[in-house]
Amino acid sequence: MERFLRNSLTLARKEWISLLRDGFMLGFVIYSFTLSVYSQATGISHELRNAAIAVVDEDRSALSQRLLSSFHGPEFQTPVLLRHGEVDPAMAAARYTFVLDIPPDFQADVLAGRSPALQLLIDATAMMQAGIGAGTIQGILDDEIGRFVRREAPAAAPPISLQVRVAFNEALDTRWFTGTMSVVSNVTMLAVLLAGAALIREREHGTLEHLLVMPVRPAEIMAAKVLANGTVILALTVVALQGVLRGVLGVPLAGSVPLFLAGTALYLFFATALGIFLGTVARSMPQLGLLFILIVLPMNMLSGGFTPLESEPGWLQTAMQLSPSTHYVAFAQAILFRGAGIATVWPRFAATAGIGALFFVWSLARFRRHLATFH
Amino acid sequence: MSAAVELRAVSHRYGGTLALDGVGLEIAAGETVAVIGPDGVGKSTLLGLIATAKKPQAGEIRVLGTDACDRRGRGRLQPRIAYMPQGLGRNLYADLSVAENLQFFGRLFGLDAGRRRTRIRDLLEATGLAPFPDRPAGKLSGGMKQKLGLCCALLHDPDLLILDEPTTGVDPLSRRQFWELIDRIRAGRPGMTVLVATSYMDEAERFDRVMMMNAGRLLAADTPATLKAQHGAETLEDVFVALLPEAARRGHAKLVVPPRPPEADGAGPAIEARGLTRRFGGFTAVEDVSFRIGRGEIFGFLGSNGCGKTTTMKMLTGLLPASAGEARLFGAPVDAGDREARRRVGYMAQSFSLYGELTVNQNLALHARLFGLDADKARLDRLTERFGLAAYGDAVADRLPLGVRQRLSLAVAVLHGPELLILDEPTSGVDPVARDQFWRDLVALSRDQGVTIFVSTHFMNEAARCDRVAFMNAGRVIASGPPDTLRRQQRAQTLDDAFIGFMRQAERGEGAVDAEPPARLAVEVAPAGVLPSGGPGLGGVSFRRLLAYAWRESLELRRDPVRLTVALLGTVLLMLVFGFGITMDVENLRFAVLDHDRSPESRAYVEQFEGSRSFVATPPAADPAALAARLQRGEAALTIEIPDGFGRDLRRGGLGGGDGRAPELSVRIDGAMPFRAETVQGYVAGLHQRFIEDRAREAGVTLPPGAAVLETRYRYNQAFRSADAMVPANIGLLLVFIPAILAALGVVREKELGSITNLYVTPVTRLEFLLGKQLPYIALAGFNLLLMIAMAVALFGVPVKGSLAGLLLGGLVYVCATTALGLLISAFTTTQTAAVFGTAIATMMPATQFSGLMQPVSTLEGPAHAIGTLFPTTYFLKLSVGAFTKGLGFTELLPFIAATAAFIPALLALGVLFLPKQER
Repeated sequence: MERFLRNSLTLARKEWISLLRDGFMLGFVIYSFTLSVYSQATGISHELRNAAIAVVDEDRSALSQRLLSSFHGPEFQTPVLLRHGEVDPAMAAARYTFVLDIPPDFQADVLAGRSPALQLLIDATAMMQAGIGAGTIQGILDDEIGRFVRREAPAAAPPISLQVRVAFNEALDTRWFTGTMSVVSNVTMLAVLLAGAALIREREHGTLEHLLVMPVRPAEIMAAKVLANGTVILALTVVALQGVLRGVLGVPLAGSVPLFLAGTALYLFFATALGIFLGTVARSMPQLGLLFILIVLPMNMLSGGFTPLESEPGWLQTAMQLSPSTHYVAFAQAILFRGAGIATVWPRFAATAGIGALFFVWSLARFRRHLATFH
Repeated sequence: MSAAVELRAVSHRYGGTLALDGVGLEIAAGETVAVIGPDGVGKSTLLGLIATAKKPQAGEIRVLGTDACDRRGRGRLQPRIAYMPQGLGRNLYADLSVAENLQFFGRLFGLDAGRRRTRIRDLLEATGLAPFPDRPAGKLSGGMKQKLGLCCALLHDPDLLILDEPTTGVDPLSRRQFWELIDRIRAGRPGMTVLVATSYMDEAERFDRVMMMNAGRLLAADTPATLKAQHGAETLEDVFVALLPEAARRGHAKLVVPPRPPEADGAGPAIEARGLTRRFGGFTAVEDVSFRIGRGEIFGFLGSNGCGKTTTMKMLTGLLPASAGEARLFGAPVDAGDREARRRVGYMAQSFSLYGELTVNQNLALHARLFGLDADKARLDRLTERFGLAAYGDAVADRLPLGVRQRLSLAVAVLHGPELLILDEPTSGVDPVARDQFWRDLVALSRDQGVTIFVSTHFMNEAARCDRVAFMNAGRVIASGPPDTLRRQQRAQTLDDAFIGFMRQAERGEGAVDAEPPARLAVEVAPAGVLPSGGPGLGGVSFRRLLAYAWRESLELRRDPVRLTVALLGTVLLMLVFGFGITMDVENLRFAVLDHDRSPESRAYVEQFEGSRSFVATPPAADPAALAARLQRGEAALTIEIPDGFGRDLRRGGLGGGDGRAPELSVRIDGAMPFRAETVQGYVAGLHQRFIEDRAREAGVTLPPGAAVLETRYRYNQAFRSADAMVPANIGLLLVFIPAILAALGVVREKELGSITNLYVTPVTRLEFLLGKQLPYIALAGFNLLLMIAMAVALFGVPVKGSLAGLLLGGLVYVCATTALGLLISAFTTTQTAAVFGTAIATMMPATQFSGLMQPVSTLEGPAHAIGTLFPTTYFLKLSVGAFTKGLGFTELLPFIAATAAFIPALLALGVLFLPKQER
């Protein structure tokens, strides 16, 4: 046992030095946990911003003017006036997501209390904007028309008062979500990539063979790779959480960061073992890249970090329960957004550790076989 | 006769390293010249410059009377030169058969079908390759590979033949046959100038003149006889050592191996192999090999690349299990799991296999620790002292000269004081002085410390220093014994001759395998003035050459299972993942209720949610804490708390806004996923409104009308189904991602494998090269397009409501653009690894973030908007969604098709611009 630890540590130290001297890989890993997190957090916004809207104003009244000017930044671009005939080609070309049609005599009808109808056309193929935008536009129009008719008497109190509170992210700031989830997904991708690349590099340089003629066991070689690459990823996760998310983006991480890191460490056993497994399957780095695209990318996308797990077909949700990445995403969200403690997330931890351990053992067996036959 | 090659003051640098230092030389037409010197002295750079494969930096180069530094001059020159770069079969295509390789080169040089047929037949006959036209080039022996390379080079009747180390790693018999072949070709074509680089100095004897190079400079150039006479030397190797500057040969003296002391009685052999055999699939790498090596003996193992030397050595170290037979070290059978046995053996693999990124000291310390010897500092000091490594302690191993690196490898191999050393070609590529130094160390280990040394080599003079040698050929030991005895047995002058003698003997024994080629050589000389052309073409583009590349690329792709699988099934798999995985639908939302009221009204309120398609009920919570915990664990996306008296207040207050208290409901939504939370808010507001209206209707109350009504119409996708928008978009995403990666790999693979040289030195233009490589990937991507349209319709239920013709045409145009994008990216990458990851990032990011997948490009600002506008996916996404979901007709799709098409010439032009036509 002592020798196992000693040899693993010796080899891990070698892995660290190798990584430090590999400028390209080191740069890529650091980029992934800093700039890339930042750009993903600020780049993909789920909020309504700068939406393109056009208006067909058949009323040309004071009210219609007021409605026009009520659409402005940052949610909307300045509305563009269209004639009736221009609507269809413009929407076909996806120039506008929203087109508002104000009918003739709209102002007069409103003042007469005839409750006239406005028509809002939405390009429903722009899924993200269409859903959110419809509600926003409804709100803006209600406010503006309400102000226009100057109902002195406050609107009748609603018959049931509905108190809706959004928990955990009251302002619905999407950067919290995309930023944190990009850290989580980069943990998976980089751990797999680093461990796989470390194995392939040793094989291509002939150093793996060299280790095998020395008193070193395969388990020690694999443990060293898991340890060395796992710690690097873990350290960078701390940088990403504290430096980028909390420091630069001001995301209030709700729960215990040490608890999350402990869970990440458990998960890294699985992720690095997966990297080593792929390293034994791929014959070269380019092949690793192609396998990565076919296996790790889908695993990552379907784990619930991009779109909600419950939107997937039932069989797929069940299948994804077998992947530790799903549990990792789940407990990351629970701890970091909802402030959950160990009492809440332990089943997820257990699943991550259990499936991870099984996979680790299986990968080790495969790695042993691989070492005996790769020449 | 005029000069065939003229160089004046030619210098060449790689970064800070000066590879050629003011070289001037002249070679007459029809002359044969050998350039000799160890690895890394500038031989390959010199030949590459003359062959126009490398871009000249400084000095004048005239080849066949033409300025080789001038682009147009090169164009005229290339059809008259043949160049075989260094490395076995380096310019060949391993997956292509012998005949296919020749066909390809014939087409590149513009030979028509009839001429190709006769030329190929004649050359195959002449080289003895005629029996194996269908064997893949990668499966040929080293000698046969080089003969095939020569055939490919001679197809177009060159005036200047440039061969860079053509016989390195080839067995002695094939080597001899190769040179005889060159002689016969020259006899049939006396005007041809031949320029050869070699590291076997003895081979240079047969040339008109020899040029000796060291450290980027010419040391001497004269006939072999004159050189030897001038320096009073027996061999060219001795001449070379004599010519080296004083510093480089310091301490060099003729190495004398002292005789081996008599073996101690009863010690038993160090190594004993009996009937050792190793098969890989159907291929037998080592067959029935037996030998016995005494303790303290230096045993040499000789043979060509791929003859089974390395495999035999790996079986002895336990790295490879034997298929049959037995190997014993010090009397015990080799056991891969026996870690103690490994302490008695030191192994040095064929190529440098220490950690190149670690320093000399770090490498030594690492190995000392693994052997548990790190406490013994004195041992490491002794080692660095003895192997002359003290000065290099903190140098990174990769940056050391080859000779020093090999000494480091030896130091590591003997670090733990092994009794047996197994060394696999430890001196290949090392210069003669360093090689002698290395052997001095070996001799000392053997004679002073009694270490047994088992060493493989392809240098005959090294073999002569061994106590005993074994000749190995095609997996068998064909002779073994003391070098002098073997030489006498064959009545040969040199060990080389003896080896050839044994090879011929072995072949006679079992019928000729690699038969002596016929003496007749039909080398037809091209009629004067009829230069081969590129066949029909347009604007300087030869379709024959273009199609030659397309044909070859598709052959290679068909034979590469991994790339083919990714190309055919990768998109299908990812389409499934993306189709099911990326969805904007928010459904199956779990909700939990805490109902303090338990009135018919509160139940009716909850039933609203239960009845909705978007929500799924979970068991009610018992108290507020449990409700909060549900939300925190992510078991519920929203919770509803109904206060006591909800129903009473509702009944009493009425719905018209009476005087009663309005009952208050509390809903909490999980905001972790903001997009989902926002949608849930909308759902809740809708259900709530409907509840109020239903109650009002029941109560017969009329709610006050709004000032105006907003009628919302979701166009194109009334059901607001995610699949209708996302599935067509996914097609656009996948058709940029995978085709671009594959196209980039196609080009970068050639860079990494070395066959890119054919672009540099043959008349093929960059545009022909790129278009030729692109065609197969366009076809594959087109097939993927059809497959994905079928999946969209059949599997995801997204029909093509608009013009299918427009979709197909647009798709074809789009994959032309995306493959061109891959080609452009390939110009900036040199390794396949960088090509895969670089292309993945360079296509995935703009395609997912800036092309309108998530947000319309019109809403983007600044650089994001610029990237989105200048990326082809933007236009295809509109086209695809338009054709599938918006139901646009052909004419409505035309503007998108035109916009996508505009990318093709632009991307290709940039690709041509950035693809170098010469190596740097």
